[in-house]
Amino acid sequence: MTVVNAIVQGVFLGGLYALFACGLSLMFGVMRIINLAHGDIAVLGAFLVWYVATEADVSPFLALLLALPAMLALGYVLQWAVLARSLRSGMLTPLLATFGLAIVVQNALLQVFSPDVRSLGASTGAISTGSWRLTDQLSIPYLGVLILGVAVAVLGGLQFVLRRTGFGREMRATAQDPDTAALVGIPASTVYAKATAIAVATATLAGAFLAINSTFDPSSGPTQLIFAFEAVIIGGLGSLWGTLAGGIVLGVAQTLGATIDPQYSILAGHLVFLAVLASPRGRLIVTRSARA
Amino acid sequence: MTTWTVQRSTRSSRIGSTGLLITGVALFAVPQVLGANVVQQLTSLLIFLIMAAMWNALAGYAGLVSVGQQAFIGFGAYGTIWLTQRGVAPYLAVVLAALASAVLAAVLSPLVLRLRGGQFAVGTWVVAEGIALLVVLDESLGGGTGVSLRGLNVYEPQVRRALTYWLALGFALVLLGLLFLLLRHRTGAALQAIRDDEDAAASLGVRVMPLKFLLYVLAGFGCGAAGALTLANTLFIQPQSIFGVQWSAYMIFMVLVGGLGTFEGPIVGALLFFAIQYQFADLGAWYLIGLGLVAVGFALFLPRGVWSLAGGRLGGSLLPVGYHLARW
Repeated sequence: MTVVNAIVQGVFLGGLYALFACGLSLMFGVMRIINLAHGDIAVLGAFLVWYVATEADVSPFLALLLALPAMLALGYVLQWAVLARSLRSGMLTPLLATFGLAIVVQNALLQVFSPDVRSLGASTGAISTGSWRLTDQLSIPYLGVLILGVAVAVLGGLQFVLRRTGFGREMRATAQDPDTAALVGIPASTVYAKATAIAVATATLAGAFLAINSTFDPSSGPTQLIFAFEAVIIGGLGSLWGTLAGGIVLGVAQTLGATIDPQYSILAGHLVFLAVLASPRGRLIVTRSARA
Repeated sequence: MTTWTVQRSTRSSRIGSTGLLITGVALFAVPQVLGANVVQQLTSLLIFLIMAAMWNALAGYAGLVSVGQQAFIGFGAYGTIWLTQRGVAPYLAVVLAALASAVLAAVLSPLVLRLRGGQFAVGTWVVAEGIALLVVLDESLGGGTGVSLRGLNVYEPQVRRALTYWLALGFALVLLGLLFLLLRHRTGAALQAIRDDEDAAASLGVRVMPLKFLLYVLAGFGCGAAGALTLANTLFIQPQSIFGVQWSAYMIFMVLVGGLGTFEGPIVGALLFFAIQYQFADLGAWYLIGLGLVAVGFALFLPRGVWSLAGGRLGGSLLPVGYHLARW
């Protein structure tokens, strides 16, 4: 029964990882950038939500509604100010620039908010603590269902936008060939800025749910980046539903690892990631991305 | 009509390489002349230099931006502890741990060298985190609380610092020498072709994978040595700091500011970083914010670093690793 419980909790944890991962996946899909600041931007979003919630004394969910537009704008600005320039000079520059950005964001948060560990769990009341008890050892947490539901909604929404709307068509065209897309009147820079804005907003959502689900501090970002990246690779690059599957596999691996010993939790996730990388499937993932 | 010839060394590179060689040898005299504190500081400068040179070898020549070299830094340091616990003399353990790091790099390479660009960056980072977690599991290596290198107690502090310094200097000279020879060799042209355009190089028949493997193993060796030397210099390590991603930040900073893909750049970068660290490290988070901003600035506006400014004026480079056109 412990195993079944671990798997169930892992699935919900996977929803959170998928939420972290979809922005990373989107930016890689559209711009071929792996944003090394993704985790720190998510934590920045969590701090913004926390700040609004405590200053205005409102529920974190209401604060999130205020924070999301601000972070959308930040994403837009980030693209114009930093990423657009870095994309001009080859493959390495975006990596180096986003890594530098990660250090700046992380230490700025440290300077402003101190290294204290915080949580939004207490201020959301029953949602973060309640659960449906199925048996003595198995219960379904409200928050887990909410996070998984939001993850499915966000991924489904993105999938819908990409496949069914004009903007989605523009994004796909730009991802395939920005120069040719420009010839038919789709400026890559605008598409990139919108994609970055969406990615930053989903990161904020993920950061807020991380803060409600457990704790966060200024140095939480890199770990979340790594989990998001693992989810993307395990699920297979370029597929949004794959990202959800990857997040769930990672989450289940971690909770199963934790049933042996809490120390094995994160390690188990890394091992699954490395196993996927070593498998023939890993080769497939890499060759696909190399061609794209 | 003016004739042009292609030549390897210029006047500045002849002066430069002689000067560097003399400086390198003269540096062996430092512990005889200067105080213990200075020797310890210079040891950490040499360690930075090794790290910068190794990161540049990966990113500057093979396009492999690693955010996970701390895997080898930590492995080298903990390898030294592990070996001394089994009765190996500490300084021998440092050398052996560096070699073991090279072996680790060779073992990991089939896995991580599949990845390209950003995937390689995060993939190497995951590997580093995984190794750090494994080390923490081993209680005999101090677990999460850290461990100190006991074997060096037999030496007088003065002697210990001098020996560590000489070893660091030896490693730095050997590694820079190896890189220099590699770049002068046929391989060097191939490496620089990979640096400029991997796909084009491959289509001209450059065997990209073996060269990447070579550099990855060399960088594993160098970073393992840097980690082992860090332990010998500070005598105490903790997993979260020796496996910390801040090493990658330092390496990226040094190489970006100095000059990515040049031989001299990392040397300049290490000197600059050492000076900045010496001046501003007390500022804590502000210092790191500044470091990050400068790195972003260089990545965006001067990706070839300060050396690209100086190098042009000096007629190419201080060291004859490339080719130049000269008018006769």
